[in-house]
Amino acid sequence: MLAQGLATAYLSLIVLLPLAALVWHAAGGGVDDFRAAVTDPQAVSALRLTLVASVAVALINAVMGTIVAWILVRDRFPGQSIVNVLVDLPFALPTIVAGLTLLTLYGPTSPVNVDVAFSRTAVLLALLFVTLPFVIRTVQPVLLELDREMEEAAASLGAGSFQIFRRIILPNLFPAILSGVALAFARAIGEFGALVLITGNLPFETEVASVYIFGRIESGDPRSAAAVSVVLLLITFLALLLIGALRRRVTRHDAVA
Amino acid sequence: MTRLRRYALRFIGLGYLGVLLAAPVGLVFQRAFQDGFGAAWDAVTTPAAKHALVVTLIIAAIAVPANTIFGIVCAIAIVRHRFPGKNVVNVIVDLPLALSPIVVGLAFLLLFGTDGWLADLPFDVVFALPGMVLATIFVSLPFVVREVVPVLREIGTEQEQAAATLGAGGWQIFRRVTFPAIRWAVAYGVVLTTARALGEFGAISVVSGRLIGKTESLTLHVEERYQSFDYVGAYAASVLLAMLAIATLVAMTVFRPKEETR
Repeated sequence: MLAQGLATAYLSLIVLLPLAALVWHAAGGGVDDFRAAVTDPQAVSALRLTLVASVAVALINAVMGTIVAWILVRDRFPGQSIVNVLVDLPFALPTIVAGLTLLTLYGPTSPVNVDVAFSRTAVLLALLFVTLPFVIRTVQPVLLELDREMEEAAASLGAGSFQIFRRIILPNLFPAILSGVALAFARAIGEFGALVLITGNLPFETEVASVYIFGRIESGDPRSAAAVSVVLLLITFLALLLIGALRRRVTRHDAVA
Repeated sequence: MTRLRRYALRFIGLGYLGVLLAAPVGLVFQRAFQDGFGAAWDAVTTPAAKHALVVTLIIAAIAVPANTIFGIVCAIAIVRHRFPGKNVVNVIVDLPLALSPIVVGLAFLLLFGTDGWLADLPFDVVFALPGMVLATIFVSLPFVVREVVPVLREIGTEQEQAAATLGAGGWQIFRRVTFPAIRWAVAYGVVLTTARALGEFGAISVVSGRLIGKTESLTLHVEERYQSFDYVGAYAASVLLAMLAIATLVAMTVFRPKEETR
């Protein structure tokens, strides 16, 4: 009784009350103001870029994350345990530092003459950096548990290695890949710190939703900032519901197996 | 053929990590120390930098214990009790993981700002330390809960029931039976919470007003130095934060739940 009372009170004070204030302010100007704020061409462009970039980043993560998880589990090479620890660095490194490190190597002062700063490539690069661990960390444990005997049986029955990957390994990894991809997507939707320095925040070009909202706050227009925030909040909420459904599916899958 | 494929995968995987992660982070260390160790040391010991470090540490010192206690209590409520709206609580706990920190900052700004419901408190929240602490608590809230919930589920209630039949009270059961079973999960959650609290940027960037020498945290200091073209200052403060991140990684490796390291 006490536990759920305390937990609910804390959640209500820290999370729900501020979000309620946000929704209240977003609705304060009436339906027309809200609609005007979220259909502003610059806001629409920022929201669209956020969604498209997050989907692209999630898909790249699906492939690269699976490859990295694979070499961490199935391969043996010197320094493997250090690589395994380093993979978590994007979780621990402050996002503003992440953005600065990318800008240093891939910006105007690049020592290797690769300058992608203030372009959409920079948006992708920053989002790939902060979402790097998700797919790796969801696929790795499943790959560890995967029974090698199934693969050996398939090989003895004459399956080629591509066939084994497609028919045996991929179906087993798929739920984990999907849940990692969903987490990466959710993270990418809200990213701010890694993007501010390297994207240049150019409206209609490299400005994502978080940066657009920040710009509205700075220009003293909290009402449209709140309106676009509510849209972003809804997208986040849907992404989380999806992750919850996936997680339940994955655990049920485990229970059956 | 198999060996060729293995080398190809290794090359792609490690190349990706090198280009995206190792090379950029390594270069920042090099840039921070390119004018010598002394210059970097001077840059992180200016009064503004030292104050920013203190602000960051104060925020973490409040946010981490608050979320640790809440995390344990909330995990117990989620796993051990049935109550209406439990699924809603589950989703709300995850919300800070994904919600844009700018939205979080704005929400606090609107709650405690001039037109907010709680505008007339006797002390300043927005553009002051309390707002920064609250925003940091918000963004670092889920980690302890999420680490403790699966462990609590796994250990079951048999031992707790046995203790209860032997006459142990609720607090005694928690201290002697439940807590020893979940303490590594709590420790891992605390490490993640600390990393998030030290590194928060977006939310406190909105609620703090970025008053240099007053409400500037170390992450805000990095950006402010960079925008003022003091690159050594920005890189030196970044390296300080990166070293805290690496210490976090080491702690994570120590505390990681066993099933993940196997």
